[in-house]
Amino acid sequence: MNHYDAIIIGAGAAGLTAGIYLSRAKVKTLILNEGTVGGQMVLTHEIANYPGIESISGYELARNMKLQAQKFGAIIKSNIKITSFDLNANPKRFIVNGKDEYTSDVVIITTGGRSRTLGVPGENEFKGKGISYCATCDGDFFQGKEIIVVGGGNSALEEAVSLTKYASKVTIVHQFGHFQAFEHYVNEAKSNPKIDFIMESKIIEFIGDEKLRKVKIQHQQTGEVLEKDIDGVFIFIGYVPNTEMFEGILELNQYKEIVVDKNMATNIPGVYAAGDSIAKRYRQVTTAVGEGTVAALSAAEYLNKFEKAELVAEETNI
Amino acid sequence: MLRTNLTHILSEQEHAKLLQENENVMVCCGRMGPMCIPVYEVMEELENEYPHVKFADMEFDIPDARVIRDLPECRNFAGLPFVVYYKNGKVVKATSSIQSRDQITSILDQYFGQEVKEPASK
Repeated sequence: MNHYDAIIIGAGAAGLTAGIYLSRAKVKTLILNEGTVGGQMVLTHEIANYPGIESISGYELARNMKLQAQKFGAIIKSNIKITSFDLNANPKRFIVNGKDEYTSDVVIITTGGRSRTLGVPGENEFKGKGISYCATCDGDFFQGKEIIVVGGGNSALEEAVSLTKYASKVTIVHQFGHFQAFEHYVNEAKSNPKIDFIMESKIIEFIGDEKLRKVKIQHQQTGEVLEKDIDGVFIFIGYVPNTEMFEGILELNQYKEIVVDKNMATNIPGVYAAGDSIAKRYRQVTTAVGEGTVAALSAAEYLNKFEKAELVAEETNI
Repeated sequence: MLRTNLTHILSEQEHAKLLQENENVMVCCGRMGPMCIPVYEVMEELENEYPHVKFADMEFDIPDARVIRDLPECRNFAGLPFVVYYKNGKVVKATSSIQSRDQITSILDQYFGQEVKEPASK
């Protein structure tokens, strides 16, 4: 029978942390993950602000967390598809890949977020053929070439500066007249002679043949459209939470983030959430780990009501 | 060498041998980077589901990876990883940058089909 004490949806920093805490407390735990284990962590080449570890790649940190969760007994099923679910049922119920049923007494949602895309014509067609979302991965393909960086936050400004190592010229295209990035990132970009700016403008179309050749850029105030020859475009316009499947079921805020209380509890009893899918200000590996911990301990406490009190309390000392 | 559980191709000779010995081959040529790791992970999981396909990786920055980098099918690629699908030694499909499990299985199904089981002997 596929019944677990706890099912965690998502295997990023928050989900794996919750998995470590629960499985170590002998709570029978299943982690269902629709993407890659590690989530947004894997997208980071170097993490240098994780306490106790001077420097580590996102991949290594994710791998360590995964092995740690598995060592304590958590079962991880990744690259699956949750085809239907019922969080209000007792027990809570998930159908995976249209056929496999899993149930649990408690659920922790850690579905994280994903890079936001522009969603304009040509974007899918030229991904990997001129359009990129990862400067450290693909920057060296643009040695001596002219590129655009889209965005006005910390990532966009920081990566624009780093891409000047390769590109002959970097043009930052941003939809507003000001940047959201920290001042020192803005100053660094503005003082770089290889960087130009096109403000209050958006890319509205990518054009090319076998690879990207040009873009259409529209000014937000005048509506004027500029056609610009370009070799590459890097897009850094933030993240969107992976919460579409919970719309109308869980309470979400205006940004589609899950609303939780201080115990990481959602509006449905026995359902907790943590990590980048919840409403919060700071999105760091460390904050996700902290929230995953709180969600796991809250979930363990909830499980006590299901007469698992002795075992859980003995192992977690809560 | 890439830190995956896939078969590693370390030279041009190994690449040629792999194509010679296997009808259906998927090679992911990349680094241990954010866009590549998810593809390796999907390939590792698909090894059991597609026993008639040989899954392998190759480090993008070794000189012998020119067998992938210099393919005409990869001429316009500017995003890691470069993934190449071979049938009977010939390239049937190549993709650039990260691909989802659904995108990968769709290509595998289209070009390599489902495994054909031998009829039971009478």
